[in-house]
Amino acid sequence: MVRKLSGLQREVVHLYRSCIRMAHTKPIENRPHFIKYIHSEFGKYKDIPRKDFTTIEHLLRIGSKKLQEFSKNEVKDIR
Amino acid sequence: MMYKSLVGLVTKRGLASGVEHTARMKSFKIYRWNPDTPSVKPVLQNYQVDLNDCGPMVLDALIKIKNEQDGTLTFRRSCREGICGSCAMNIGGSNTLACLCKIDQDNTKDLKIYPLPHMYVVKDLVPDLTNFYKQYKSIQPYLQRKSFPEDGKEVLQSIEDRKKLDGLYECILCACCSTSCPSYWWNQEEYLGPAVLMQAYRWLIDSRDQASHIRKEMLENSMSLYRCHTIMNCTKTCPKGLNPGKAIAEIKKSLAFE
Repeated sequence: MVRKLSGLQREVVHLYRSCIRMAHTKPIENRPHFIKYIHSEFGKYKDIPRKDFTTIEHLLRIGSKKLQEFSKNEVKDIR
Repeated sequence: MMYKSLVGLVTKRGLASGVEHTARMKSFKIYRWNPDTPSVKPVLQNYQVDLNDCGPMVLDALIKIKNEQDGTLTFRRSCREGICGSCAMNIGGSNTLACLCKIDQDNTKDLKIYPLPHMYVVKDLVPDLTNFYKQYKSIQPYLQRKSFPEDGKEVLQSIEDRKKLDGLYECILCACCSTSCPSYWWNQEEYLGPAVLMQAYRWLIDSRDQASHIRKEMLENSMSLYRCHTIMNCTKTCPKGLNPGKAIAEIKKSLAFE
């Protein structure tokens, strides 16, 4: 059985999905770079305990800020 | 003979001042938090500074600590004379500019330094002021006119009209007042806060501005202006000695009598 996600967990999943969607608006040859970057950013903090709310909220804020920055049309590639 | 005694005098004097220079160590407790290790909780770190070997202001002590003890200590500073508003922080329990705040010379007490309260922290003493600047932008802080003088020169203003701007235009937007306001703590997203409202008033009463009707309309809702409950923390804390509380009251008055 799949456990029901908490509000915070859903927010993280939402951020992840919108990041992947953002990657798909970029030129097709650079998409793997974006996906790789997103995976590495999320992977960095995967060991944070589920109950560490303040940290997760902070990372969500930073993440959505970065997402906004990278969503701009001028951003074509990431390394 | 004379020469010898003179030399003796000089060395004696040198010794005397050496005795006076016993170190007066004061401890500074400074809020530390590093975004690179987000799961490590913020801590108060203790630094000892010799007051005999340090400038009079808190900013001098901070710079000394950063230079000599801990290069990783992070804070904003620029003009070191209260003109730029970069070094706003919470010192000994009240918001002020580090460059205008004298160090309490009593070295038995320690001094606690925190970032501006109730703001997201970027690192150590650096708060995230994005929302504050966004709000400032939202009040359109620039001159708006439809008609300009025919001779193409500047828009003139009488001496009396110019006088109305005194005590308003000096604001340096350090955000000390806004972050000291409990109302702003709880409604940061919608309530504009004292600093921004004072600037809104500054453009409302400018005799050269012709958009006052639109400006007032923007404030006509329960959140942007009327979350001010005249707590007056803003006026108490302002490091420049301005009175945002009064400016907000004047806006309320002008809206009420319209």
